[in-house]
Amino acid sequence: MKLRQLSLFLENRPGQLKLPCQVLGQAGIDILSLSLADTQQFGILRLIVKDEDRARRALEQAGCVVKVTEVLALEVADRAGGLAEVLEAFERSGLSVEYIYPLSAGHRGKTAVLAFRVEDPDRAVKLLAENGVRVLSREEAFAAMGA
Amino acid sequence: MKIQDDRRFHPASAPDYVPVLQLRNLQLERLRRIVRRAFDRVELFRRRMEERGLVPEDLRNLEDLAKLPFSGKSDLRDTYPFGLFASPMEEVVRLHASSGTTGKPTVVAYTESDLKVWTEVMVRSLAACGLHRGDVVQNAYGYGLFTGGLGAHYGAEALGATVIPISGGNTERQIMVMQDFGVTAICCTPSYFLHLVERGRELGANFSRLRAGIFGAEPWSEAMRRRIEADAGVKAYDIYGLSEIVGPGVGIECFAQSGLHIFEDHFYPEVVDPATGEVLPDGAEGELVLTTLSKDAMPMIRYRTRDVTALIPEPCPCGRSVRRIRRISRRSDDMFIIRGVNVFPSQVETALLAVEGTLPHYQIVLTRQRGLDEVEVRVEVTPEVFSDEVRALEVLKRKLEQSLEHTLGIRALVTLVGPRTLQRSEGKAKRVLDERQI
Repeated sequence: MKLRQLSLFLENRPGQLKLPCQVLGQAGIDILSLSLADTQQFGILRLIVKDEDRARRALEQAGCVVKVTEVLALEVADRAGGLAEVLEAFERSGLSVEYIYPLSAGHRGKTAVLAFRVEDPDRAVKLLAENGVRVLSREEAFAAMGA
Repeated sequence: MKIQDDRRFHPASAPDYVPVLQLRNLQLERLRRIVRRAFDRVELFRRRMEERGLVPEDLRNLEDLAKLPFSGKSDLRDTYPFGLFASPMEEVVRLHASSGTTGKPTVVAYTESDLKVWTEVMVRSLAACGLHRGDVVQNAYGYGLFTGGLGAHYGAEALGATVIPISGGNTERQIMVMQDFGVTAICCTPSYFLHLVERGRELGANFSRLRAGIFGAEPWSEAMRRRIEADAGVKAYDIYGLSEIVGPGVGIECFAQSGLHIFEDHFYPEVVDPATGEVLPDGAEGELVLTTLSKDAMPMIRYRTRDVTALIPEPCPCGRSVRRIRRISRRSDDMFIIRGVNVFPSQVETALLAVEGTLPHYQIVLTRQRGLDEVEVRVEVTPEVFSDEVRALEVLKRKLEQSLEHTLGIRALVTLVGPRTLQRSEGKAKRVLDERQI
């Protein structure tokens, strides 16, 4: 039900983003989706890849600090108000969202798939189900990203 | 006219000109007395001498001093707070303290007679810079446990000058006072003075009456002196001191500005090889070692200052017979001085350890921005502390900054850096990167 995302610490200076991308490239690992959070001082790169364990090892060998965190993949109707409806379910469940980023758009013609980071993913899956929102399985999420 | 002023003789300065032979006799007499006192009253000194089979009577001439064991900052720490006192508390009238290596300060004590000596050497210091009755002295050294403030205060007062005890900080008020009160001399750290001058210029202030600055408590260079003198139109004098010996007033430049005279009738200087401890001949560079010749409450025998300098063999054009040391070029350990506060890398380690549980790789970077010294601590992010959330990393950064401020007593900026980005060197890590242009 959950996706394992790799988070990397980046310093905020030129060339920092290239290194992990290069490492994954050399290891033949495709980046399916990513998001980059930045502050004045540093950044956090979040990556979705298919082979998380191998990617993690390659990155750590190259000297990166990597943390594995779980995110939820949710399908959102690709129309005005689609995201608001899903967020309403979060609100009803009393869940707060740390961050969101897109995994794919135009999936099955009419939906987008987004990654949601919440504090307690297991509890969130249950609560969301009770409020009528289904969390995609790992395979479904990968399929949506064309992998 | 200024040179004339600088040469004006103050009666308190008489000991500066005592014939050398007479000075050496006085030193030997005082040395024997103080070693006897330390041996009789301070357990640590007695034990160290006994370990070498020495008694005070073994001091037959000044050269015999080289047989005595050294003392150092760690001795003050190990005997914290009062273990090196040679006077009962009934006779101790003042305590000062400076930052130590483990968060505990090092404490120093003064009897009434010690304070008199301190005031005397400060009068001689200020007189050597050409100050006298009628001068208006702005004392911008910090007042408090730090010796700078009170040391300069009582010296300037005893000289007969008008003292403004403004202490450190509040730059705009300093500038107002300097202008409105017709200040002719200022005591502060050189970096703070440059900051004052820069800010004063922005405010359109006029410091035309200011003619001398007595600058110390941090290292500064000839280039910085030239800049201060050109920018502010003052003569900039280097003053030397350390709380373990007395505070400011151990030595000072005269109008020749060519080395610092050590008031060696009270503080006996030696220069030693920092590695072997061997006494070096005059002119050779090494670590300055000082012995207090008249300090009753806390005599220090062969105290290793960690300051690197050399004794200047040639006589000074000013005619003083007390010897000079070259300006302090660097320290023989990792300690650095920032805004007048002593900081050791080990303190930074303590602060980082307190937050993270394990010691991350770190580097201390000293910079000077707009004339003010800043400390930046670069800390490598480890998998243990790394979080996926920006907020958590910002909290970590803030916690590290709070811990550093708590331990060091000064504000430090923390920058989180990537793993393995800080320079590693063979053997001793380059912990301190001094990028100050001094």
